[in-house]
Amino acid sequence: MKLHERTAHDLLDLLKDGQTTPAEIHRSVLGQINEHDDKVHAYLRVNPAESADYSGTQPIPIAIKDNMCMEDLETTCASQILKGFRSPYDATVIRKLKESGAVLIGNTNMDEFAFGSSTENSSSGVTRNPWGLDRVPGGSSGGSAAAVAANEAIWAIGSDTGGSIRQPAAFCGVVGLKPTYGRVSRYGLIAFASSLDQIGPFTKDVTDSALLLNIIAGHDPLDSTSADVPVPDYTRALVNDVKGLKIGMPREYFVDGMDPEVKAAIEQVKTVLQDKGATFVDVSLPHTEYAVATYYIVGTAEASSNLARFDGVQYGQRRRPAETRKNPLVDMYEETRDAGFGPETKRRIILGTYSLSSGYYDAYYLRALKVRTLIKNDLEKAFEQVDAIITPTSPTTAFKIGERSADPLAMYLSDIFTIPANLSGMPAVSMPCGFSGEGLPIGLQIVTKAFDEEMLFRVAYTYEQNTDWHTKRVEL
Amino acid sequence: MSIITDHDVRYVAALARIHLKEEEVGQLQNDLEKIIGYINKLKELDVSAVEPTSHALSLENVFRPDEVKPSLAHDKALAIAIEQRDGAFKVPKVIE
Repeated sequence: MKLHERTAHDLLDLLKDGQTTPAEIHRSVLGQINEHDDKVHAYLRVNPAESADYSGTQPIPIAIKDNMCMEDLETTCASQILKGFRSPYDATVIRKLKESGAVLIGNTNMDEFAFGSSTENSSSGVTRNPWGLDRVPGGSSGGSAAAVAANEAIWAIGSDTGGSIRQPAAFCGVVGLKPTYGRVSRYGLIAFASSLDQIGPFTKDVTDSALLLNIIAGHDPLDSTSADVPVPDYTRALVNDVKGLKIGMPREYFVDGMDPEVKAAIEQVKTVLQDKGATFVDVSLPHTEYAVATYYIVGTAEASSNLARFDGVQYGQRRRPAETRKNPLVDMYEETRDAGFGPETKRRIILGTYSLSSGYYDAYYLRALKVRTLIKNDLEKAFEQVDAIITPTSPTTAFKIGERSADPLAMYLSDIFTIPANLSGMPAVSMPCGFSGEGLPIGLQIVTKAFDEEMLFRVAYTYEQNTDWHTKRVEL
Repeated sequence: MSIITDHDVRYVAALARIHLKEEEVGQLQNDLEKIIGYINKLKELDVSAVEPTSHALSLENVFRPDEVKPSLAHDKALAIAIEQRDGAFKVPKVIE
């Protein structure tokens, strides 16, 4: 196996034994990018090799979603409005990565401001799925998922508001983890929906997911919503044993519209885990059908408020109309935002503003917050009976580029299985569990109680160690 | 009957400080009509006795000690300015 195809834990072993060097690993990854990224377009920007520092303890090349601030480097959220913006500071995850010795390869493509499920809403072109170049990589962290799948990064960082790590991980056949809300600091993450956003790792296997979470997790005084609870060593949770565990498969997730190949793959997962001693329990999450509607009110309301800061006053781009319409300042705001935001961003800001506006607040926003309680209660009740819940990550495999881009609602519905973990704050992982007849990856989602990533890793690791999906590498 | 009128779209866009081109108004009206139509599904539920959840983690009043700590240097913060003058961010004239 070539260096860029290996996992981080494998490379760390090679480094320890003196069988390779950090520079050699970095060169191997950059070589893969040079050779294949014109096809995949996972990256928006790649940092020059000369700027790399190889002196740290874990000098593993990592790709970063373009919504995390990195000191003196451009961060744009794949939006025109932030073109040229160079952050004066590092996000906390970036600081922690630098302290671990990580080699920052570059910034990956995404749906503008993380608004999307296909990475087609980027203002810098689409990213292609390495497993089928006519397919989307999923989104919004599509560039990070595609970079790892294409072996153009050893591992990567993304953010997940309604499934933006897990759904692209499923589509690209890699492991994507959304930690518990509050587990990882959001300081320096350009906010989409502050009560839902969480940063997490994309990796080639479950061991790497635990290693990368070890680096980025922890309380941060700079993020008052980060949780002040102890962080265990997650590699200790990598136990190949599920004997005696109770696992639920919610019956509401296995109804109409599901791809039969996805359904069959999840049934197979059940068999593998049963063989390893897990017991399956029927659980019900009765409010599942309301999750998408709830999310698109809560998420857009928070986004409309968070994105108010992009107005041409301080940083990014500024536009002014040729003729005065209202007054010079308001004209600047309105023209900057019209020119700088893409269609999906405008749609979400306007939807969010609508649901918060006078006369609609109680009917939409407040009602959605109440339904959020019902969805959270469903999950909490289920976890009184089971240790983990398994579901498909997405009802389908990767769809074709352009297939859903004209219909925002159809695109929103592709997040149905991932949204409840964001609304409730619970941790969830997507990992490969098979391939369709067309050779496209299928994703398994595992969800556990808040702050129980250890249980998540235990179930995920057991499944992985008894299957070989994680050893597959794409031919580009 | 349409739920969202073109007047609604223009009104909300003005609240959101987005100037919309004519062709964008019709498209957004159409999209929002479909999305809000779907979201009205939430009205099927009786939520009269349910408390709202605004945050997954129930935290309140997170305080830190009131200590002076190093912060971003003035010139570093100003370096991101689109326009600057005399050490300040420069914006269009607001008051005539």
